[in-house]
Amino acid sequence: MSTATPTAATHKDYRYAPVSFWRRYVFSTDHKIIGVQFLFSSLLFFIVGGLIALLMRTQLAWPWQEIPVLGQYIYGSTGNILSPEGYPALVTMHGTIMIFFFIIPVLSGAFGNFLIPLMVGAQDMAFPRLNMLSYWFMVPAFLVMIFGFFVEGGTAAAGWTSYVPLSALPDMVPGSGMGQTMWIISLLLVGTASTMGAINYITTIVMLRAKGMHMFRLPMTIWALFITAILVLLATPVLTSALLLLLFDRTIGTTFFLPEGGGNPLMWQHLFWFYSHPAVYIMILPAMGMASDIISCFARKPLFGYKPMVFSIMAIAGLGFIVWGHHMFQSGMNPVLGITFMTSTMMIALPSAIKTFNWLGTLWQGQIHLTAPMLNALAFVSTFVIGGLSGVFAAATPVDIFLHDTYWIVGHIHYVLFGGSLFGVFGAIQYWFPKMFGRMMNETWGKVHFILTFVSFNLVFFPMFILGAYGMPRRIADPYNYTFLSNLQGTNQFMTISAYVLALSQVILFVNFFVSLYRGRKAADNPWQANTLEWTTTSPPPLENFHALPVVYRGPYEYSSPEVEEDWLPQNRELVPAPAD
Amino acid sequence: MTHTTAAEHHHTTPVWEGIKTVKFAIWLFLASEIMFFAGLIVAYISIRYSDPNWLLASELLSVPLVALNTFILIFSSVTMVLAFDSAEQGDLQKSRYLLLATAILGIVFLSIQGFEWSDLMHEGIQASTNLFGSTFYTLTGFHGAHVAIGVIWVLSVTAKAFRGGYAEDHLGIELAGLYWHFVDLVWIILFTIIYLI
Amino acid sequence: MGGLIPGASTFAGPIDSLFMVVLIVTGVAFVLVEGILVYFLIRYRRRDGGKATYTHGDRRIELTWTIIPGLMLFGLALYQYNTWIDAKIFMPGSDALVVDVSANQFEWEATYPGGDGLMDTPDDIKAPINILHFPVNRPVIIRLTSVDVLHSFFIPALRVKQDAVPGRTIMFWFEATQQGEHDLACAELCGLGHYRMRGQVTLESQADFDAWLEDLEARSQGN
Repeated sequence: MSTATPTAATHKDYRYAPVSFWRRYVFSTDHKIIGVQFLFSSLLFFIVGGLIALLMRTQLAWPWQEIPVLGQYIYGSTGNILSPEGYPALVTMHGTIMIFFFIIPVLSGAFGNFLIPLMVGAQDMAFPRLNMLSYWFMVPAFLVMIFGFFVEGGTAAAGWTSYVPLSALPDMVPGSGMGQTMWIISLLLVGTASTMGAINYITTIVMLRAKGMHMFRLPMTIWALFITAILVLLATPVLTSALLLLLFDRTIGTTFFLPEGGGNPLMWQHLFWFYSHPAVYIMILPAMGMASDIISCFARKPLFGYKPMVFSIMAIAGLGFIVWGHHMFQSGMNPVLGITFMTSTMMIALPSAIKTFNWLGTLWQGQIHLTAPMLNALAFVSTFVIGGLSGVFAAATPVDIFLHDTYWIVGHIHYVLFGGSLFGVFGAIQYWFPKMFGRMMNETWGKVHFILTFVSFNLVFFPMFILGAYGMPRRIADPYNYTFLSNLQGTNQFMTISAYVLALSQVILFVNFFVSLYRGRKAADNPWQANTLEWTTTSPPPLENFHALPVVYRGPYEYSSPEVEEDWLPQNRELVPAPAD
Repeated sequence: MTHTTAAEHHHTTPVWEGIKTVKFAIWLFLASEIMFFAGLIVAYISIRYSDPNWLLASELLSVPLVALNTFILIFSSVTMVLAFDSAEQGDLQKSRYLLLATAILGIVFLSIQGFEWSDLMHEGIQASTNLFGSTFYTLTGFHGAHVAIGVIWVLSVTAKAFRGGYAEDHLGIELAGLYWHFVDLVWIILFTIIYLI
Repeated sequence: MGGLIPGASTFAGPIDSLFMVVLIVTGVAFVLVEGILVYFLIRYRRRDGGKATYTHGDRRIELTWTIIPGLMLFGLALYQYNTWIDAKIFMPGSDALVVDVSANQFEWEATYPGGDGLMDTPDDIKAPINILHFPVNRPVIIRLTSVDVLHSFFIPALRVKQDAVPGRTIMFWFEATQQGEHDLACAELCGLGHYRMRGQVTLESQADFDAWLEDLEARSQGN
């Protein structure tokens, strides 16, 4: 690579480097391209998972009604009406797709890949080819899962949690032979991809930081992705072992989980939740990290309590390994464990609370710019708080007797996942889009998207707490079968209509995204006047990220520093002391 | 301007305070493998101790033979360590033969393990027969698969050594060794919990 | 719960008031946090010419907002242990009525003690499918099992929920306090008929309950 100072010509060079389209954009080992690959597939599955949710909401609002025009295409042989078998399958695929094909890949796969080398000041990941492989393990995972829709009996229909014996025996959901097996295989592939990525991320963050980039000068985005990768590394293999045992029960006649062979159905739950509880932190921590960086940048203030914030993320991750039983309070597990898991679960609220207070502290006496990324990051904080607080009710074991497996939990989940992670993703997309693609997204449409999404989101999901307090169970295709739920159809209809609005609002984001790719205003290197290293290089960066590896002199949050006149001070800017007179 | 990947910009493996990047990554990989076997082992222990009438491996199979097999695997770890050691001391010839010995011992281990399997099947116990069979074949099967991958890895290192590789940089031998020792350690645990207690 | 479904068991008091306690604590936290958030967004909206306050944090405030919420959360946990122990670990004595409930895809089957007052004897009475009766003001112990997959026995009005696990008989108890008709719902996805696994529960006086049981017995003997 030439050592000449970066010029437009050099910038253009890498775009026209002499490799085939396939090596450049498809089988690339460049972390930035791989990150964008993850971004595009994740967004595609966001749409698929979202459409499935709309079908579910439609069923709950108007059970067994004909869906005009589209119904025959969606519901195939049952005419225009959802069949009873259809609903559990929709429930299962909505959860599975959103978790494994959208939120985890978009946070760790897309943003993790794109940002880690740039923010630590490296030229690429430690293992670029392993990185490429991790994306290419996702593709067969996608195909296998989708194939499940077309096999006889359809897809898995035992919930994303796949409890046994329902998921272990083909005749428990009539015809669900291959679909459930495909589900297992697909997740085994996803787990492999995740683990490869985790090894790469941890190694890159520990080993490839630029000179001067001490661990406590890393941005929160990186700390969060780092801790998340450790969770992925250590928790995913336990899911792998559980999935393999389930696969054997389904295919070679073992009875690990089947009582008639001496197996224990609860063992599936223990193994599954041992992974899946850390998994929910895998789904939120990167968003917390990114929100911290965005909030600090647009408040033009250092992050309040940087070290407590880092330690809180570690505490969340650590505690996250000892709370899994709170998913099993009513399962028949020894009730004494209810006491231990309740205690650890109550305590895990603490580090998240600390983080919330520190975000408020960051805003205090700031100079707050309410840009689209900032609005989304603030929505993250405000809705995450609701999600977290609603979790305290479920952690209260006696209250959980009522709330477990009701819509309260669905409300809780979606406030932390949609309210939390997804608003975090919306913020991150709009914040880093210029860096990824060299263009700006439209700020006005970003704000319109934000308002519509924020309002309709709350209208869809807040009533779920009310439904839960009424005792409405989850995964029920027709709640009005029950007397105690018969007056809730109006509420459900209101939620469904809000869901249509919510879905349509996302069209704005997608149009903004794709139009800006081609017609957005060209982006400067650092449109936000932010401090972290990715903003010190071009938008988009050259292939090797930095024409010269940066040297770091300070932490990432030196906004409004008294040392300089501007209200920002990049990590790599060397301050030469004024000569003594 | 030639199109080079970022990795090719580094002429040497990046280091941090004395540990090579690739070695660090292998340790991470082994951490994930430990968790994988932990899941299976915890499942096994939970299943076994909730059954008061658990079949004892010592009654169905030959513990002395498996003990010998364990010794063979441990011995292969010794040859592996010696192979790395010899390379570090510049005796590449010795290192090559020790690597070959490691691979051969691994193959012997797998053969005896295969014999164990056919023995158990002749006693009428397959994976689907009962939970003893299910857990036995699953645990030893996944372990065996890891050994097989290890044998292939060691053989390819051996082949490279015989072609003159590892003259300066012995990292490749060390990394194969790390994996091999891990596989050995897992076996010691499995041997104990399946056969001895 | 939360005033939406009136409670009809001895659990309702402790559980509903615990819900209210959590509601108040989280409600206060919610109002404070969201209120401060909105206030800061307005108050510290960027004004031209100013820089933000350059601070990295404050150790004392950090400790304060770590220790106080920490103690509150731990206290909240301790506060609930007894309610949980009472509901799930304690088991009433011999004055309780023991009823077997078996869940299967997609119905509930209850078995009651017959004339001898004991379970597991030849005179046990099977109730009609999905019909359950319980006397009020008397502890009832349910011995719950499943014949196929996981189900979950959920009577919202009684504030009881217990998963039914095949291969196991799980015991749990309740004491109804008010007469009435209620639904029994399945609260664990059990297959395509999960949504219609509805039982009808009648809570009635001991006398009415005895009469119902005698009637069942007579009818089964008459067949």
